[in-house]
Amino acid sequence: MSTAVPGQPARLPVAYLTPGSASFADFVAGQAPDLLPTSRTAGAVASTGLEVPHGTTIVSATFDGGVVMAGDRRATMGNIIAQRDIEKVFPADEFSCVGIAGSAGLAVELVRLFQTELEHYEKIEGTPLSLDGKANRLAGLIRANLGMAMQGLAVVPLFAGYDPSQDGGRIFSYDVTGGRYEETAFYAVGSGSLFARGSLKKLYRDSLARRDCVTAVVQALYDAADDDTATGGPDLTRRIFPVVAVVTADGYRRMPDDEVAAVADEIVAARMTRPDGPAAPLT
Amino acid sequence: MTTPFYVSPEQLMKDRADFARKGIARGRSVVVVQYADGICFVAENPSRALHKVSEIYDRIAFAAVGRYNEFENLRIAGVRLADMRGYSYDRRDVSGRGLANAYAQTLGTIFSSGGEKPYEVEIFVAEVGDAPDDDQVYRLTYDGSVADEQRFAVMGGTADKPAAYLGEHYREGLSRPEAVRLAVQALGHDVDSPRTVPAEDVEAAVLDRSRGQLRKFARLSDHAVADALAADST
Repeated sequence: MSTAVPGQPARLPVAYLTPGSASFADFVAGQAPDLLPTSRTAGAVASTGLEVPHGTTIVSATFDGGVVMAGDRRATMGNIIAQRDIEKVFPADEFSCVGIAGSAGLAVELVRLFQTELEHYEKIEGTPLSLDGKANRLAGLIRANLGMAMQGLAVVPLFAGYDPSQDGGRIFSYDVTGGRYEETAFYAVGSGSLFARGSLKKLYRDSLARRDCVTAVVQALYDAADDDTATGGPDLTRRIFPVVAVVTADGYRRMPDDEVAAVADEIVAARMTRPDGPAAPLT
Repeated sequence: MTTPFYVSPEQLMKDRADFARKGIARGRSVVVVQYADGICFVAENPSRALHKVSEIYDRIAFAAVGRYNEFENLRIAGVRLADMRGYSYDRRDVSGRGLANAYAQTLGTIFSSGGEKPYEVEIFVAEVGDAPDDDQVYRLTYDGSVADEQRFAVMGGTADKPAAYLGEHYREGLSRPEAVRLAVQALGHDVDSPRTVPAEDVEAAVLDRSRGQLRKFARLSDHAVADALAADST
């Protein structure tokens, strides 16, 4: 088994030359199961006893021709801020992105597995998975993590991507059992997600342009940070701002820091006069 | 009790080599040409679905001639090896040299073992570097020997004539369309009276160091190939 972990050039193991699944996760499970994040059992850990960094709020919203995903930069460990500039939104492949809430270490590893899974399939089969196929694969990986989730190490991703068959963005949310739910228009996961969703309810419109959509999700993160201690707001002194990813027919693009900073500065300036953010009409 | 025939090791290896060579000679050639921004692969392949040139990893590509099922097996094994290594270490730790070594060991073991028939394949493993001098092209043959190729290389049944053509016409610093055109012309020079390889039968792909993504491999569309060939005004 251990020869499967590549290091020294030797003859390719027989399993490598055996036709089989186009899934990288399946292949690793057979060849080097210890590499899988989900293959570990944490032992008899009490579900409250383990303090590991947790990622918090991820927000996503669609606009005409694509989808935006943004995540705050805070990781918490109990009452401690574990990291101020963690990144929780990643490209899954050229036309999709994934954001993570929950146990940060496990989640980052799961994202790496998911990225490899999509690329592996594309190379083996010569064609990329459909967006639904990608969403289902992620559900499978989350399902495999159920044992860890029961012990308190849950990972809850948010997946979004550009679907060429609909010429638009789509958003998928998950529960810890691997349940997959398609969301319309916008969604948020993580500890501050209730506040973010409430905020987006008032801010979101179908006709949002890309830049306005980015403003809306950053506003939602601000509102989440306002009421949830585990979500980080824009850090004006250190100039740390949310990670914002935009996926369109042109592919995945992470918004450059200075563009996000400009959006965040606008929002902060406006909140200087109205701290609760933009007011929605009553009717 | 009968005495088994004595076959000298030299004869045994020669027979196996002849067998493999015969299989490889049946297929059409693949050409690899280095150009200013990377490495270009061109094969004559009427099939849209069965590729001779494929992506292995960020900077590594694979091209093969010979028996399809055998080189397809090797290609998949290469993708698995590269993805496994990139996943367990880091993307930067996947190298063309490591992959070429694994292929060489595999082909060599199979060739000299009595139990399996030798693979009837020849393979290119290429890795594009940050500068033309860092590009690497390895050529692996059925018996597991590895050669480090420079500037251009041809493999397949009728490799000699296209190689001679490239030797005469190749120059450093080609643009991508020029490289494609040169490679297609070389493929057409596999018979005594040169023929024109139709654009729709050309499978072309590049490892392009100027590509703005981690994955440098790109297939050229029929349109791009036709454009490159049409620009033949020199």
